Amino acid sequence: MKLTGADIVVRTLLEQGVDTVFGYPGGQVIHIYDSLYKYQDELRHVLTAHEQGAAHAADGWARATGKPGVVIATSGPGATNLVTGIATAFLDSIPMVAITGNVPNVQIGTDSFQEIDITGITLPITKHNYFVGEIEHLADTIREAFRLAMSGRPGPVLVDVPKDIQIASCDYEPQPPVVPDPPHAAKEERIREAAACIDAAHRPFIYFGGGLIASGAQEELLALAEKIDAPIGCSLMGVSGIPTDHPRFLGMQGMHGHYACSTAMHRSDCIIALGARFNDRVTGDRTRFARGAKIVHIDVDGSELSKNVTAACGLRGDVKLTLQRLAELVSRLEHPEWRDTVDGFRRTEAENRDSRTGLTPRSALLTLDRHLTPDTPVATDVGQHQMWAAQTLTFSRPRRFISSGGLGTMGFGMGAAMGAQMATGEHTVLVTGDGSFGMNLNELATAVTCQVPLVILLLNNGVLGMVRQWQTLFFDRHYSNTVLERQTDFVKLAEAFGAKAERVDTLEDLDEALERAFGYEGPYLIDCLIGEDEFVLPMLPPGGSMDDMITKVGD
Amino acid sequence: MDKRYTVAVLVRNQFGVLNRVTSMFRRRQFNIDNLTVSETESPDYSRITVQFAGERVTKQQLVDQLYKLPDVCSIRELDNENSVSFELLLIKLRNDPASRGDIRAAADAFEAKTVDYTRDSIVLRVTADSRRIDDFIDLMRDYEILEICRTGVVSLERGADTIRKVTNL
Repeated sequence: MKLTGADIVVRTLLEQGVDTVFGYPGGQVIHIYDSLYKYQDELRHVLTAHEQGAAHAADGWARATGKPGVVIATSGPGATNLVTGIATAFLDSIPMVAITGNVPNVQIGTDSFQEIDITGITLPITKHNYFVGEIEHLADTIREAFRLAMSGRPGPVLVDVPKDIQIASCDYEPQPPVVPDPPHAAKEERIREAAACIDAAHRPFIYFGGGLIASGAQEELLALAEKIDAPIGCSLMGVSGIPTDHPRFLGMQGMHGHYACSTAMHRSDCIIALGARFNDRVTGDRTRFARGAKIVHIDVDGSELSKNVTAACGLRGDVKLTLQRLAELVSRLEHPEWRDTVDGFRRTEAENRDSRTGLTPRSALLTLDRHLTPDTPVATDVGQHQMWAAQTLTFSRPRRFISSGGLGTMGFGMGAAMGAQMATGEHTVLVTGDGSFGMNLNELATAVTCQVPLVILLLNNGVLGMVRQWQTLFFDRHYSNTVLERQTDFVKLAEAFGAKAERVDTLEDLDEALERAFGYEGPYLIDCLIGEDEFVLPMLPPGGSMDDMITKVGD
Repeated sequence: MDKRYTVAVLVRNQFGVLNRVTSMFRRRQFNIDNLTVSETESPDYSRITVQFAGERVTKQQLVDQLYKLPDVCSIRELDNENSVSFELLLIKLRNDPASRGDIRAAADAFEAKTVDYTRDSIVLRVTADSRRIDDFIDLMRDYEILEICRTGVVSLERGADTIRKVTNL
């Protein structure tokens, strides 16, 4: 059948099983929007306030489901507004397909109105991108974009469709949805080496990241941990990957990781890394990182092996399939001494835990935690609140902690929370700070329009807390441009957008506010006032190692 | 220990493919000594030959990162043992009666061909491996060099094996 390019775009999305897209119309995608109008009963388009919000929403959708999120934007500023959202997805390996319009082919390269070289701009922040020069290639290009976004290490792919291609017509044959390239286990020889390495270890430690969640290897990981008697920790991207209350789980590792987890990893003699990439926020000074440990590194992306830290055994392959084989090959091990040592780390952590009464970041989040169900998605923005949330909240199933790890994108949360809510249908939570929230609060408009059941817990300290913390510790308290001194009334602001809101400054009020918020089927903002000098602890100073860990401030 | 590596990369002959490869080199700060792009036996593929000096881990990282580009079809590491490599040099020298004879003697030793000759200048052409070309340029520094242009290396595996037998993965 003959269809226009615009119809082919929409039909191909439907073909891939897409039922929701996020975006914003404009001159060079007006034909695609006309098709969206035609197919509105089959494909829901969520209009955001800004393209960045749409990109983060597609990302949040993908994080919550594992399926590619789709975002559509017009040429020029529409396309450039996607850039932060695409980069966020790229750094966290999130599958996404971004479709942009562009000026007609004949005008390309002439600096026409709203023309921008978006394939050039997004070259280093996409897995791949395409400029569709001929309509005959349009459907296959979009299919290929989906296949690439999902295959191997997932990531964003952009397809730039000039206006004349949207208008032209050609034959369209529907096809079944593309499937990702089949995953494969690492080479048998490498798995055997890894098993020998693990068998020889006395203090094994399993460390996983977002790749474990992408691979769906939770069961395999827990089976391996049981068999070799190892504690487990994760990176920020791994949070929610296994149940927080699992007895072997020590929590998050890294700059603001749990003391027991970071210490156990540092003292381990064999780190088994699964779908994680030893980011500088994880290792600190790489030359001083876990010097006594041999590293067994399993990752679907071979370029991660020995990129940041040298792997004694580098296994390129799907985490799940490789773990299945590895678990068969390793011996059943017991490490009672190591278990005792790790229990000691846990006790030290418990002794140092912030146990102040009253409203503190930790007590606020513990209160929130009591209101969460196992299915509640929790999105965050970036900063202190993000670290507190990652440290404090408990999760029972994967893909329920939605946070920008690699790029650390302030302003990620509003869009991502909406995307996650729409993907799951669950009452969703956004934990944010006044700095991050200020960046993309325009999406309150979208949340109101779409009546998104969303609890926004705004930890409001009036400062850019994370930078302030560094300024306190390393810059002689020179609070350069981190004291906001804004007069924003977040309650009135939320109400002006049509959302509900209230302000709390005690734990009891917070608890009651949360009750009301979860009872309301729409966006509900809680402006929760906290002190400006709250710290995220523990902290490894940037470029430091475990030996430099700050666990308390002021003494 | 820095070593010089030569890597041949078979890529899909798509618009912008060179940009994708060099963009990756730039953003990851791989320092490339020279790079050539050429047509191949098939219109579907282009061949990029890259030379760079670095540690073995850097070379491995460069190869691994190349493999992640969807347009990269296969990669072959080439060295003196398994391949033949050549580069073309054009060098323009001041034609000075005092040095003319010495230049000619050196040119003969390197099988350099005179491809342009005027009252004031000589252009020589040398085809050799990169090291030999380095050596020739070094010799010529005793005289007045006006201009140099070299192509970067092209390299093929010895024997009947081809790069297309090495598949992606």
